[in-house]
Amino acid sequence: MTPRPRLAVWKFASCDGCQLSLLDCEDELLSLADAIEIANFPEASSAISAGPYDLSLVEGSITTAHDAERIREVRRQSKFLVTIGACATAGGIQALRNFADINDFVAAVYASPQYIQTLATSTPISAHVAVDFELRGCPINKLQLLEVITAYLAGRKPAIAAHSVCIECKQRGTVCVAVQGTPCLGPVTHAGCGAICPAYRRGCYGCYGPMETPNTAALAALLKSQGASERELLHAFRSFNAGAEAFAAQSRKHEPAAGGESP
Amino acid sequence: MRSDTETPRAAARITRVALQALIDALIARGYAVIGPTVRDGAIVYDQLSTTAELPAGWTDEQAPGRYRLQRRDDDALFGFAVGPHSWKRYLHPPMETLWTARSSADGFDFSAAPSPTEKYAFLGVRACELQAIAIQDRVFQHDRFRDTAYAARRDNALIVAVHCAQPASTCFCSSMQSGPKARGAFDLALTELLDAERHDFLVEVGSPAGAELLDSLAAAEATRADLDAADAVIAQAERRMGRTIDSSVFRERLRDRAEHPRWTEVADRCLSCGNCTMVCPTCFCTTVEDHTDLSGAQAERVRKWDSCFTMEFSYIHGGSVRQSTGARYRQWMTHKLSSWVDQFGSSGCVGCGRCIAWCPVGIDIAAEATAICADTPPTPGATP
Repeated sequence: MTPRPRLAVWKFASCDGCQLSLLDCEDELLSLADAIEIANFPEASSAISAGPYDLSLVEGSITTAHDAERIREVRRQSKFLVTIGACATAGGIQALRNFADINDFVAAVYASPQYIQTLATSTPISAHVAVDFELRGCPINKLQLLEVITAYLAGRKPAIAAHSVCIECKQRGTVCVAVQGTPCLGPVTHAGCGAICPAYRRGCYGCYGPMETPNTAALAALLKSQGASERELLHAFRSFNAGAEAFAAQSRKHEPAAGGESP
Repeated sequence: MRSDTETPRAAARITRVALQALIDALIARGYAVIGPTVRDGAIVYDQLSTTAELPAGWTDEQAPGRYRLQRRDDDALFGFAVGPHSWKRYLHPPMETLWTARSSADGFDFSAAPSPTEKYAFLGVRACELQAIAIQDRVFQHDRFRDTAYAARRDNALIVAVHCAQPASTCFCSSMQSGPKARGAFDLALTELLDAERHDFLVEVGSPAGAELLDSLAAAEATRADLDAADAVIAQAERRMGRTIDSSVFRERLRDRAEHPRWTEVADRCLSCGNCTMVCPTCFCTTVEDHTDLSGAQAERVRKWDSCFTMEFSYIHGGSVRQSTGARYRQWMTHKLSSWVDQFGSSGCVGCGRCIAWCPVGIDIAAEATAICADTPPTPGATP
């Protein structure tokens, strides 16, 4: 048997949900282990073998100086580096700190803030090292994760679309909730989840971050015409993907100081 | 064999109760009956087995970027325009496996996807939708390369049209010469005759299959009064058409006004979400995805609906050809209303208004095309 490519899974500031998606691939785990050597995956096994690795999956954002250094070492150990999830690709929900003073948060949360060493911002992995592929989502879709790994093994481009959630809605036959008056971020949001929320008559929350060509200003104008307040618009664009450039820029337009009403 | 010419006036009338017998007859002949039904606040197309599933007493209120169900003050079964779905969903499905392959000692063994066996009976096909089906027939069947899966589904399909009695405010089929009277290739066409005294359907026959079906029903001979009532239904639909546009200038002027400033102005509003192309009953573009399994022993090629609003759509080596939203919107509308004529011999638009109602921000193809094609030529603007 030829040696299998070696896989490593890394965690930075995150909730572990995305790497859990890999363990969630219950039906495929055995064939996955046949195709790739799971060499470093602390969440799954304490048996860790040293690098270098052929494929690294990186979860989480960079929020400490220590992690900013550690990701460089991960990059050095990895031939192909894929970031997984909103934290690793956009800074995650913890990127809300980017819009406020981190010291205020630390003082509010910790009894002894002097022991906390953290950066002022939460940033995606791509802000620190070169990334070969970004897989979006909060959390990622395990089928898309399998597609990325399978495509890597086959040496082909993963079939991961960067268009809007709307196209997924239409492919599955869901009736558009936006046109029926429900606030929905689908038209500016990256596909990948399979358009779950609109299938249950909920608007899209934007878990997969901005799509390839997001017209956030036009969508904000629509949401406003549907009755959204400035505060609601601020929150709509400032969630799991608050740090993603298009959403961050749009959310700033709805800050009280930017003319939006006070919360 | 269906007739493509206007059907001679049929002379049959069935009651609302007999409509169930029609559905039963279709099911007995092996058809999956697909028709309108209320789901998720809209009139969608789905598989039916009883008339109780039809949207009795419902209508649709439509406007740019807006769709709401409303109660009617009668029990009409077909008292609405068109909803978010079109028959394209069945004849040209959103996802379809083209072939599978298995690795073998000397390479790969390929297997073509099995020919579709679905046998659909479409109940409630509007005039605009008949025209849309005819347009997709032209695209998929009448060129050098025939889409065999589409052709198989199409050959198996039976069409029960219903002449439109209730155009929406977004409708402009009269302006596109596609409605409201169904003139295309149907097997049967119904006109709903509903007043205080009765709830019947006038039935016109368009094919031997339709005639055979009608023979199996308890049909009465239509009277002169029935025929007049059916004519009146279509005449009042014509009068209630949502909008009227002059489509005769689109082909030439859209082609010649690629630099019109309106293209960039639309782009400010356009979400490039692709909804217009997905709901359009004639948009046919697809992409293909190749999938492999983890072992690398199996592969398949899947075809999925695609949209000219995505960046991948025009991606060639080095990047996407149509970078700006204005360029992508211009491509869509110019193809639909202008170059479609050069390519396929008809407009690609049937005036159903779906792209207007189901555009989240309500961009109105009729209004935009009319503005770009106004009599006064524009002053040159920025190229999208």
